Amino acid sequence: MSEAVVETIELTKRFGGVTAVDRVNFRLGERELRCLIGPNGAGKSTFFKCLTGQYPLDHGSGRILIRGNDVGGLRPHHIVRMGVGIKTQVPSVMNGLTVMENLWLAARRTHGWDRCGSEVQRVVDEVGLGDIARRTVGELAHGQRQMVEIGIVLAQEPWLVLLDEPAAGITGAEVERLVSLIRQINQTASVIVVDHDMEFVRMLGTDITVFYQGAVLMEGHVDEVLADARVREVYIGNRA
Amino acid sequence: MKIWPSIGQMRWGWFLLGAAVILLWPVFFDTHTPTILLVWALFALSLGLMWGYAGLLSFGHTAYFGLGAYVYAIAVVNIGESTVPLLLAMLVPAIVAAIIGAMMFYGRISDVYMGVITLVVSLILFKFMSATAGDKYAIGDARLGGFNGIPGFPVLNVPGLPDVSLFGVPMYYVAAVALLGCYLISRWLLARSFGRVLVGIRENEARCELLGYSVPAYKTAIFSISAAMAGLAGCLFANWAEIVTPSVFSLRSAAEVIIWVIVGGLGTLVGPILGAMVLGMLKLLLSEQTVIDNSLILGFILVVVVLAIPRGVVPALQGWFGKRTRIRTQRAVHVRARRRVAAPAPGRTP
Amino acid sequence: MDYAAVVILEILYMISFIALVSAGLAVVFGMMRVINLAHGEFVMLGGYTTLACQRAGIDLWFSMLILAPLVVGLVGLIVERLVIRFLYGRMIDTMLATWGLSLLLIGIVTLIFGSSAVNVPTPIPGYQLGAYQMGGYNLFIIGVTVALYIGMWLVLRYTRLGLIARGAMQNADIAASLGYNPRTVYMVTFTIGAALSGFAGGVLAPLTGLLPASGGGYIAQSFIAVITGGAGAVISGTLASSVLFGAISQIVSFASGPVLGDIVMLGLAIVLLRLMPTGISGRFFRNSQ
Repeated sequence: MSEAVVETIELTKRFGGVTAVDRVNFRLGERELRCLIGPNGAGKSTFFKCLTGQYPLDHGSGRILIRGNDVGGLRPHHIVRMGVGIKTQVPSVMNGLTVMENLWLAARRTHGWDRCGSEVQRVVDEVGLGDIARRTVGELAHGQRQMVEIGIVLAQEPWLVLLDEPAAGITGAEVERLVSLIRQINQTASVIVVDHDMEFVRMLGTDITVFYQGAVLMEGHVDEVLADARVREVYIGNRA
Repeated sequence: MKIWPSIGQMRWGWFLLGAAVILLWPVFFDTHTPTILLVWALFALSLGLMWGYAGLLSFGHTAYFGLGAYVYAIAVVNIGESTVPLLLAMLVPAIVAAIIGAMMFYGRISDVYMGVITLVVSLILFKFMSATAGDKYAIGDARLGGFNGIPGFPVLNVPGLPDVSLFGVPMYYVAAVALLGCYLISRWLLARSFGRVLVGIRENEARCELLGYSVPAYKTAIFSISAAMAGLAGCLFANWAEIVTPSVFSLRSAAEVIIWVIVGGLGTLVGPILGAMVLGMLKLLLSEQTVIDNSLILGFILVVVVLAIPRGVVPALQGWFGKRTRIRTQRAVHVRARRRVAAPAPGRTP
Repeated sequence: MDYAAVVILEILYMISFIALVSAGLAVVFGMMRVINLAHGEFVMLGGYTTLACQRAGIDLWFSMLILAPLVVGLVGLIVERLVIRFLYGRMIDTMLATWGLSLLLIGIVTLIFGSSAVNVPTPIPGYQLGAYQMGGYNLFIIGVTVALYIGMWLVLRYTRLGLIARGAMQNADIAASLGYNPRTVYMVTFTIGAALSGFAGGVLAPLTGLLPASGGGYIAQSFIAVITGGAGAVISGTLASSVLFGAISQIVSFASGPVLGDIVMLGLAIVLLRLMPTGISGRFFRNSQ
C-alpha cells in the first residue's frame, strides 16, 4: 500500500461535553478525490477544520498525518506551507482588492516574484475569470466569489486540496464548470471536498465518506453509498 | 500589465514637483516654521503607512515619536557627537515597538485592545517622564528633568565634525531629506511583496493566514518600521525645539497625529503628509491667539471627519476626480476582455 | 497598628476610586461594546457642574448627587443622538469620534471656566486616627461606591430594565426579541453611562480639584479596569479588576512613591490583557452579571 497523503488515527474533537468527532480513522491516497458528506452536525466540518489546523488538536486525542508528518498542533499557515490549498466554508477573500490581486497573493507564496504575473494569468484563463479579473472582489456575486476562491487554491499549486462546501450558492452551468475544475485540480493533487449538496456530489462521481454522529458511517463509491439503506435513513430521512 | 491598482503607485512627476518645491523653498522664504511642518509630516507618514496600508491603528504612536526625541537628547548629552544618537533614536523605538508588537500580534488580540494597549504604553511613558525630577533620575550625564524635560543639548552636526552644527536652513534640509527619503522607502516597501501582503492582511487577515503567510510577523515588522520613522521624526523635533519635555507623550500629542492622518486620508501616503502640514500650520496659527482653545477646533475636526468622510480628504478627492477616468478605463478593460474571449490565446485548449 | 489601619483605608479608598470612575465606562462597554474615549471628560464635566451649581448657591450635596448626573446624562444623550448612533458596529471609528469629542469638551470647558485649576470645598472635615490626620470625605467615597455597586446589582438582578440590560449584554438580538428596539436600548444605556460618569465626577470633585484637562487622569485607570474586567460581566468584572489594580497600585505606592504605583498598574494591565484577551470576567465569571 502506498503512503497515504492524509491519514487520521483515532481523531477526536470535543467541545465541552459534546464530542463532535469521535475516534475517526481516515485515509486518503495519492491523487484521490474524496467527498465527505453527512447531515448537519455530523462532524464533517469539524473534522475538516481539524485537518486545516483551524481547530487546534487537544492532547491525546488522536493524530493527523499529512504525508507521514504529524501536523497536530500546527497552525493553518504552517499546514498551508507544506503545499496544502484550503477553501473555507464562508467565501473568504480579500474583498477590497481586485480578483487579480487576490490571485497574486496566493501565487506569491509558492512562486518567485517574476513568475507571479504569468501564474495569475494562467489561473484567470483556467477558471474563466477573464471578464471580472480587474473588478474588486467585494462587488462580485456570491457564485463568482466562490470561483475566485477556487482560483486562489489553484494559484498555490498545492498537492493536497481541502474544499469546504465549494458548491454553496452556485447554480446551473457554474456547477458543471466547478465539477470540471475540481477534476482538473485532481489531475495533480489529492482532493477532499466537504459538501451536502447530493446532486453536486453525484456529479463528481467519486468515493465518499459518510459522517454520522461524529463517526464514519460508511465509505465507498457514490453509487453504492447512495443505494445503502442506512445512509438513506440517516441522511435523506433527516433531510426530509 | 498592472496587476496591483489597489496600491497606488509612484508618480515620479508629482514627486519631483513636490521635492522641487520643498528643496527650493529656503531660497525665497523663512524656514523655521516649514521645518517643523516637515517633521510633523514625517511623523504622520509613519502612522499613515501602518494604519492606511496594514490597517493597524496605534492609538499611542506618539510614544515612539517621544522615545526618539528622548533617546536622542539623552545620547547626545552623553556622547557629544550626533551621528550615533540619531541612529539610536530610530533603533530604540523600533526595538520597543517590535517587542510590544510581537506581544500583541502573536497574542492575537483584537483591534480595540491593540488601541488600548498602545495608548497605555504612551500613558506609562508620560507618567514616568513627568515624575523624573531631581538628580536621582539621570542616565549618564543626562538629567531627565521631570516635567521640565531636558533642555539645551547639542543639536545635529555634520557626521564626524562635532563642531559644525546643523541649524536654521541646514536643519530644514535635513528634515526635507528625511521626509522625502522615508516617502521613497515607504513606496518601495509597498511596491514589494511585503507591502502587497500587508494590504492583503488589512483586507482579510484569516485568508492571508490560510494562504500561508505568517500574519503576526508581518504586523510586527511594519509596526517596528513605522516606529523607527516616528523615532526619526521625534529626533528631528527635539533638534528643532532644542528641548524635550514629557508633553511629547501626552494624550494631546497622541490625538493630534491620528487627526492629521485621518483628515489627510487612509490608504494614501500623500494624504497624511498634507494633513499634517495643513493642520500643523492651523495649530501654530491658533496658538497665537487665546480666544478659542486649540482642542476645540481639533476635536471638532476629528468628529466631523469620522462622521462625514471616514476615509479622509485626499481619497475622497481622488474618488471625486477619479470617477470619470475610472469609467473610461473600465470600458477599455471590458473591450479587451471581450476580445480575449472571442479569440483564445494560442497554444491553449479552451 | 494605626499605620496598618491607615494603609487599609487608603487601599479601600483607591479601590473605590477606580470602581467609581469606571462604572459609567463599564456600563457602556459591557452593553454596547463601545469604548468611550470621552469618558474622562464626562467625569470632568460632572465636577464642573458641581462647581457651577455650588457657585450659584445651590446646596453642594444636591449639586453633586443629583444635578451632576442629570446634566452629564443630558450631555450623553445629546452626544448619542448627534454622533454615536451613526457609528454602531464601527468600533475604531467610535473610539476616534469620542476622542474628538473629548478634545471638543476640553475646549468648551476651557472657554467657559478658563484653564486654571479650581477647587470645590470639602463638605466633611478630617479626623484623627492615632498620629495620622485622615480625610473624612474618603470614607464617604468608599460608602458611596459600595452603595452604587449594590444599587447597580439590584437593578440588574430584580428589575425589568435589568432584565433587558442583561439580555442586551449577551446579545443585542435578545433585547429585540423581548420587544425592545436595540437602538433605544443603546440610547438609554449611553445616557445612563454618562450620568454615572457625571455622578463620579461630582462626588470626587472636592477631593481632586478641577482642570479642563483632568479627564485624562481618569481615563487610564478606568480604561484598564473595564477592559481587564471584560465585557461579559460588567459588575463583577469591573469590581474584580478595581480590587486588583487598586490594591496593587496603592501597595506599590506605599512602598516606593505614587508614580511607580501607577506605572506598575499600567504594566500589569498590559500583561493581563496579553494573558486573558477576553478579560477577567471572560475567564472566571462567564455566566454571571
